[in-house]
Amino acid sequence: MTDKITVALTGNPNVGKTSIFNAITGSKQHVGNWPGVTVERKIGKRVHNDIEMEIVDLPGTYSLTAYSLDEIIARDFIIEEKPDIVVQVIDATNLERNMYLTTQLMELGVKLIIALNMTDLALAKGDSIDSEKMQEFLEVPVISTIGSKGNGIEGLLDAVADELHKTRVTENIFTYDSDIETRGEELEKVLNNDPYFAHYPSRWFSMKLLEGDENILKKAKESESYPEIEKILNELDADSFEAKIADQRYKTIQTMLRQVCDINTEHLSGSDMVDRVVTNKALGIPIFLSLMWAAFEITFTFATPFMNIIDIFFGWFAETATNLITIPWLSSLVGEGMIAGVGSVLIFLPNILLLFFMLSLMEDSGYMARAAFIMDKIMSKIGLHGKSFIPLVMGFGCNVPAIMATRTIEDTRDRLITILITPFMSCGARLPVYVLLAGAFFGRDAGVVIFSLYALGILVAIVSAKLMRSTILRGEDAPFIMELPSYKIPTLKGSFIHMWERGKIYLKKAGSIILIGVVGVWLLASIPAPGSGGVFASEEVYGTTNSVIGVIGQIIEPLVAPLGFDWRIAVALLFGVVAKEIVVGSMGVLYGAGENEDTLSDILAAGAMTPLAGLGLMVFTLLYAPCFACIGVIKRETGSWKWTLFQLAYGTTLAWTFAFAVYQIGSRIGMLA
Amino acid sequence: MLGIPTKLKRTKGNNMNEKTLDLIEPELSVKVLKVTGQKSSRKRILDMGLTPGTRVDVIRRAPLGDPVEFKLKGYNLSLRKREAETVLVEVVE
Repeated sequence: MTDKITVALTGNPNVGKTSIFNAITGSKQHVGNWPGVTVERKIGKRVHNDIEMEIVDLPGTYSLTAYSLDEIIARDFIIEEKPDIVVQVIDATNLERNMYLTTQLMELGVKLIIALNMTDLALAKGDSIDSEKMQEFLEVPVISTIGSKGNGIEGLLDAVADELHKTRVTENIFTYDSDIETRGEELEKVLNNDPYFAHYPSRWFSMKLLEGDENILKKAKESESYPEIEKILNELDADSFEAKIADQRYKTIQTMLRQVCDINTEHLSGSDMVDRVVTNKALGIPIFLSLMWAAFEITFTFATPFMNIIDIFFGWFAETATNLITIPWLSSLVGEGMIAGVGSVLIFLPNILLLFFMLSLMEDSGYMARAAFIMDKIMSKIGLHGKSFIPLVMGFGCNVPAIMATRTIEDTRDRLITILITPFMSCGARLPVYVLLAGAFFGRDAGVVIFSLYALGILVAIVSAKLMRSTILRGEDAPFIMELPSYKIPTLKGSFIHMWERGKIYLKKAGSIILIGVVGVWLLASIPAPGSGGVFASEEVYGTTNSVIGVIGQIIEPLVAPLGFDWRIAVALLFGVVAKEIVVGSMGVLYGAGENEDTLSDILAAGAMTPLAGLGLMVFTLLYAPCFACIGVIKRETGSWKWTLFQLAYGTTLAWTFAFAVYQIGSRIGMLA
Repeated sequence: MLGIPTKLKRTKGNNMNEKTLDLIEPELSVKVLKVTGQKSSRKRILDMGLTPGTRVDVIRRAPLGDPVEFKLKGYNLSLRKREAETVLVEVVE
């Protein structure tokens, strides 16, 4: 008979928690979100000694206060879900700060096991740690591990199995000064007499009250004994207690560490030497830009052949299917709707996999924090964090993986703003639209026009970020308190797992939205307009004035007429939501390119559209609603249709306004007429 | 918001060596005296180990001058000047 237990995995960020999680669970992982928020929740399974263990990877936190979403999630999980065992992964090269969290976990009264990770690196640094002595001191099992190599995992699981049947006795390993202890006991008495608090470890709860933890205070206020609690709290100097408690936790750790380990403080680490170059005043920025360029090139250049293969394959597949199916409407549905739809989901996969492979290398090596350190000054000017820079740059390649890359930004508001402005980074799919239109209308100046469009996108993103910061997403900038972890050699396995996870999430969560969008547009283009007498999905109907989409184009023509666009442009823009580059192809069909050997470019240059309207169209393409794939990931990453629709409405309104300004002001002053 | 009380404290200090952390040049070492500032950032700064009495080495400023990198308790931490301004320190040799 097997037991089923829950094991929570916790620890500071950058301690190799993910590698321990991967080593325990292998490929049996499920990645989702914590309920109601977009913080990632990873769950894995492992059977060990006939015990079925469900491993829950909690967000990496330095502490268990309530000032960040990650901390609240980790804390609530431990308190509310009561996992059978809590494993804290500790970086053996950085014991003192890591054990601050240990003190809080012990106060919570959980069954704790410590995985002393990266012991190889501690040894190389010249530290010696007596894990047995540490175990004696803390009265919890301490297991040495090297997560990246999978060492010590069996021992860790054995310890979990052993610990399961032991009763936990120690809660008061960490004692504070007598003034704190006295107040703590007074509070504990009150808490123990009120059944409302039965759910919480009373010592932990009273210490949190003394620390002035707002989340805990709020919970206490709902109880009947709050007046008594308030009376005790009012008698003391809250600010000094807060600092004292933190201070004494660290003092206890120091006392213990003096007994259990010998840390080599003289050692100038490899990390320090690398940082002298990498974050150097003169070299830091050039190195950062070269690495960004390399990551960008690898992501988007290496992906191109794979994307071409996908493109060719789905083209062939759609054609074959169309030829095989004799019922015209069905053949069009399968070929132009479904197969093309699946193709437009998969086409982004090479980009996503490669970008996340690169990001994972940067993150696991420790460079990501340096990148944020270097770029923070610039990003803080628009109210964002240094970590927002990389997703925004990647947006120039493709907005889809770029938006997924915002996961590294901890502050929810910073992350939301970054997601909302990323679509203004002019992605690779918009370039063919610019090349065609700028080439047709501006000849030798095409380069300048295209460059200006990229610049306009950046400008709109900056102004939008500032605007959102001061209106709908107002508030204090999140404090910038960031660890610069020591450099590590990333493991290929870890990066591959990360890459594959991202790919899966994209396919599962964004894929369906993209597919529905593409098939939806196909339907609009195929359903004959009422009264037109056309045949569903026939060539005479598809995308013409005889189709619903054509009618919609004509209905909205008055709306876009002030921009110098006619119904054909309106329809092309509607198709463009499937994928931006389709704007060009649709215009080709609608303007009858190829019929008299005239290319679309010739037709446009010959006067089908004025150069001003052409410029407006480029601006519109840059700013309006992003493609379905992008909409899909915005929904997935914000977890909210409200914000997704906000982005669409905001972008489209801006697009209209800018294109209107270009056309109207341009024609008034007689430019490009 | 954060600036005014901190600046007051800076001039009020009777100890000549008392300064806020953002004003310390790289390669100097300091001892933390007190963390002021808003509750949420103050708590985080304390949690990260900048408790009174802790020795902090100022390592370097970022290439653009802000944030600043520090070393304490054997690890490296970066703070924006805005946050460093809330940490009252005294220079040690």
